[in-house]
Amino acid sequence: MRLDVVLRVVTKLMLPFMLVFAIYVQFHGDYGPGGGFQAGVIAAAALILYALMFGLSAAMRVVPTWLVEKMIPIGVMIYAGTGVVSMFLHENFLDYDALNHHSHVHAQEWGVFIVEVGVFVTVSSTMIAIFYAFGGRGR
Amino acid sequence: MEVLQAIAAHYNHWITIFLMVAGLYVVVARGNMIKKLIGLSLFQTSVYLLYISPGKILGGTAPIIDPSIEVYSNPLPHVLILTAIVVGVATLALGLGLVVRINEVYGSIEEDEIFTREDDDE
Amino acid sequence: MIEHHLPVLIVLVPLFGALLSSLTHRGSIAWGVALLATVLTLAGAIALLARVTHEGVISYEIGGWAPPVGIEYRVDMANALVILIVASIAAVIVPYARVSVAREIAADQHAWFYTMYLLCVTGLIGIAVTGDAFNAFVFLEVSSLATYTLIALGPSRRSLLSAYQYLIMGTIGATFYIIGVGLLLTITGTLNFVDLAARIADTQYDQALLAAFAFITVGIGLKLALFPLHVWLPNAYAKAPSTGTALLASTATKVAVYLLVRIYFSVFGVDKIIGDIPVLELLLILSIAAMFFASIVAVFEKNVKRLLAYSSVAQVGYMILGVSMATTTALTGTLVHLANHALMKGAAFLAIGAVAYQLGSVSLDRMKGVGRVMPITMGCFVVAGLSLIGVPGTVGFISKYYLVIAAFEKGWWWLAFLIVASSLIAVFYVGRVVEVAWFSAPDTEAAELRDPPLLMLVPTIILAAACVFFGVDASLTAGLAEGAANVLFGGYQ
Repeated sequence: MRLDVVLRVVTKLMLPFMLVFAIYVQFHGDYGPGGGFQAGVIAAAALILYALMFGLSAAMRVVPTWLVEKMIPIGVMIYAGTGVVSMFLHENFLDYDALNHHSHVHAQEWGVFIVEVGVFVTVSSTMIAIFYAFGGRGR
Repeated sequence: MEVLQAIAAHYNHWITIFLMVAGLYVVVARGNMIKKLIGLSLFQTSVYLLYISPGKILGGTAPIIDPSIEVYSNPLPHVLILTAIVVGVATLALGLGLVVRINEVYGSIEEDEIFTREDDDE
Repeated sequence: MIEHHLPVLIVLVPLFGALLSSLTHRGSIAWGVALLATVLTLAGAIALLARVTHEGVISYEIGGWAPPVGIEYRVDMANALVILIVASIAAVIVPYARVSVAREIAADQHAWFYTMYLLCVTGLIGIAVTGDAFNAFVFLEVSSLATYTLIALGPSRRSLLSAYQYLIMGTIGATFYIIGVGLLLTITGTLNFVDLAARIADTQYDQALLAAFAFITVGIGLKLALFPLHVWLPNAYAKAPSTGTALLASTATKVAVYLLVRIYFSVFGVDKIIGDIPVLELLLILSIAAMFFASIVAVFEKNVKRLLAYSSVAQVGYMILGVSMATTTALTGTLVHLANHALMKGAAFLAIGAVAYQLGSVSLDRMKGVGRVMPITMGCFVVAGLSLIGVPGTVGFISKYYLVIAAFEKGWWWLAFLIVASSLIAVFYVGRVVEVAWFSAPDTEAAELRDPPLLMLVPTIILAAACVFFGVDASLTAGLAEGAANVLFGGYQ
């Protein structure tokens, strides 16, 4: 048995909290500092910590490379797609008012929420992709 | 004394200028490609300060509307710089990626060595 | 409905094209997506230009937030023209890419190539369409990052070095630009070009404004390869994949020139700063230096791609020459040269790309007699070369005609002389290639060659034919450029 058992156990204990914190930051963006960008980085950090402790191949089993490569454009599509949807609802590109015609405030809240999901997907997958790209290089 | 006060009053700008010039110097003076990229990052970071430090309004608070608050800091620079940070991260990642590839094909990340070797080839 | 959304659609179409082609992973599908996206963008650009000519300035509020608070896409004659240049070149080159990319780039990277190609187009059109200084920076970086990747995808290992050097220089340039914009934001509190113009007109001359102006000039100067800041360009163009070179050479520097002209004449205006310090005189000296120095370097260059790249530096000199004279005629010359140079450099690089495809080299030593075995390809090169010289009947003549007229209007007959003299140097570097390609017998290796496949040939012929067509009948391009110059000089009303 290797001597880093403490690190391994602590990592496993921390991972769920990191992911929950990422989700907290993601949803708390409406009321305070936070948002998809920060949440994405935190979520990616959780996976990178996992990869550092258990090896790159273990991390790639959890989140395979092909998935990461698909997630990057999909996140941008969620973002830009929101704008296109508002265009189909007879408003300007990215005008969230189209999403709820009764309440300006709620429309903006929904719009930002969806857009932040897109940001989360792209940012987290980009961070993971960068890590994979550098970590996967042989020496 | 007044000169000193003027300098001290704008200390944020002096920090910005120092980082800016230091970063640019590293880019110009170092031949190591990684060091060049670090200098470039420093240079870009100075711009973040250039934008954000004037956005702080003394006595102002975070720009989230609340009836009990009257003075807010300017939120616009933060939004802009969040974008600029993303650009900076992307540039740094791409630059490092290129350096990794260069190291793989040339076996070196020192510009001098690579260029002398290239000149021999041609 | 589509009419109303045109300004944002021409950015969105290539963006979604890029996203889709990155999702496919199959080179052929990605190529189809790229073709569809660029053709749709071209259609949008033509429709946009038609709308602008009929209705005047179009303003589109992103997110429904009114300017100056929100980001405004503002299209007038000037950017409609630049968008049309970028969109048409992008659309014409894509068919060419199919064959050329298959030879030069590893199969698993084809989809990435088209992704980067489309992202580059997205960024360039974005810079042209936006009416917001910071948004322009974001698009500048979108196009630049895509460009670095495009160059790194090039066939030789030198491509990586060129991409790295361009990344360093390009990032410094973009950062200088953003420092200038940051200073403007601190002084005026706004980023919208129209609003900036109004507020700068109200401010007194001050050091910070001067610093902002200087940073922006140097930053964009790096991006457009203004003479002493051009060192990144020859390597970047020479080492990129042929298709990438053609796209970059005909669009990237043009958009940077547009941005410079927009900020100089629309935002600052000729009286502010430009009237206070001798910046135009400085640009005049630098552009003349570019016209001569870069042309002379080109004469002694052996690699034809690098030769054409140095010629690009010289041609950028002509564009900046028009800026430095700061009259409507001169600016018309600049803008018409944006379009004309895109056509001739596009044709020249496509022809040389075809030689690279067949011969595997673009060194003059190995190009003996290729004209005899690849007559159509090298014929197109000759037309493009004549345009570079400025022979009457080609587009190059039209640009230089306007510049010479502008010089005479100012009473600068010596400048008219210099323009003609520098054109004569172009005779030498074009002549060297023509001599090697046509007037020497092909060696055994070259004798086997033929003209490349139709997919490569047709785009080359289209651009070369356009060089002649718009050289004989310049009413369309010159008319558009004149309208654009008037808009830029009129400032924002």
